[in-house]
Amino acid sequence: MHGEHYVPEPMPSLNGSRYAVAWRRFWLSSLAAEAEYRLNFILATTNSLLALAGSIFGLHLFFRTGYRLGGWSWEEALLVMGVFTLLDGFASALLNPNLNRIVSHIRDGTMDFILLKPMDSQFWVSARHFSLWGVPNVLFGLITLGYAGKKLGFGWTEWAQGSLPVALAVLILYSLWFALAATSVWFVKIYNVTFVLRSFLEAGRFPISAFPQPSRFFFTFILPVAFLTTVPAESMLGRTGAGNVAWAGVTAILLLLLSRWFWRFSLRFYTSASS
Amino acid sequence: MKRTLRKARLLLGVTYAEMMEYRAELYLWALSGIMPFILMGLWAKAAGETPMGMPPVDFVRYFLAVFVVRQMTMVWVVWDFEYDVVNGQLSPRLLHPLNPVWRYVASHVGERFSRIPFVTALMGIFFLLYPKAWWVPAPGTLALAILAMLVAFIMRFVMQYAFAMLAFWTERANAIEDLWFTLYLFLSGYIAPLEMFPPAVREATLYTPFPYLVYVPAKLLAGQPVPALTTGFLVTLAWGLVFLALQQVLWRTGLRRYSAMGA
Repeated sequence: MHGEHYVPEPMPSLNGSRYAVAWRRFWLSSLAAEAEYRLNFILATTNSLLALAGSIFGLHLFFRTGYRLGGWSWEEALLVMGVFTLLDGFASALLNPNLNRIVSHIRDGTMDFILLKPMDSQFWVSARHFSLWGVPNVLFGLITLGYAGKKLGFGWTEWAQGSLPVALAVLILYSLWFALAATSVWFVKIYNVTFVLRSFLEAGRFPISAFPQPSRFFFTFILPVAFLTTVPAESMLGRTGAGNVAWAGVTAILLLLLSRWFWRFSLRFYTSASS
Repeated sequence: MKRTLRKARLLLGVTYAEMMEYRAELYLWALSGIMPFILMGLWAKAAGETPMGMPPVDFVRYFLAVFVVRQMTMVWVVWDFEYDVVNGQLSPRLLHPLNPVWRYVASHVGERFSRIPFVTALMGIFFLLYPKAWWVPAPGTLALAILAMLVAFIMRFVMQYAFAMLAFWTERANAIEDLWFTLYLFLSGYIAPLEMFPPAVREATLYTPFPYLVYVPAKLLAGQPVPALTTGFLVTLAWGLVFLALQQVLWRTGLRRYSAMGA
């Protein structure tokens, strides 16, 4: 707009802090845009609350008849549900709004501008947007965790044991989502493939041991859903050894590196729009 | 009459061809309907370990039927309609000698046919992997199941189209549909057959439109007994009329205040 009066603020030269500044501005502008739709936010919160009630009801159906879902007690299974809700909120707040846009950047050729920016392109496409719609689920996930943890008599140790696996779960989720979103370089016509991933991840609402053997194998080794929700809950319960957490760490790092490599690889096939 | 038929045939042909262009996308959409299989595993295992009132194989068949019912009753008219209102695409359609609703109906029906081969293939693979689940419903029940699916599709379309009318007032009519969809997910029998619900909740849901959108057609398709079909039909009819009336009112008042982009 008022180009002639606009004096760009000098960018801090330090590399890390430059990213921090950029990220802060990204979020502020996203929040400003979302503030336009306040009624929507209320509706989304209501919907999250309804969905949480429904999920808890659905989980309760398994326990009604005295069945212990995969050998887990009601409160323990609630921990899994809590971690799932938390991750779901994270995905709605940060993954969905950003990574679903990659396909349109590629289709419309606006990826050119992103690649030209003096900033890592993976960072830009992953961090540019922030959606408030995910925040209620993050809160409800924490509340569910808090409730179940209180019933189970958790102290600081239990929460501390759980925090690293939850952080690893966030990394795994991001890497999977990002790698899949990056395939849009080839599949421009397909609106986005991430909703297929999202539907498979629904399995993470339940402890992995509740599944029959073949799907347990699938959700551990092919699509690591087990590391997303079951391993964090087991760590809080002190039921898993350091071995499983180490595996989660290895998986997270490998997937993160893979997503980074895959992004660079796929960009080699990006030819901009109309060329 | 002949002209109407010709119009219908033309519209369907066009939308079917359109949908075939997007086959890969369609297959992915179908694949994203994986949830019934996730729940199938959970419930079959549960029923194998604790008596649930239904043997494991019944759960397997029920959830396979849920998958089919979901695939055959997908509705997305609220997103299309909202897009058309916001972008002004509705304006030229209002000039056509055809109520715009038929275009949406045609695209849904056309899409349905392009989805059938994929769903059939997926079921074939399923029965190959798990032959114990194979069943053939009696011809009478099958006919009833198809009828129930048709009713479910019409009901979902009518309800969603009524919500779509809100696009005349707000840019995000789909937020209301999302709320309704959440209720649908948990009350329709999508997460578990209604027999698993606490009795009081089950009784209450029978007066909502939801069980007739998934539970009843799926039960019929799976060849399992369904309680009180007549009541169900009457409840569905009542809800259908309510939503149809609502849609008509919203359509008339909405159209009056509609001023499209660039119109």
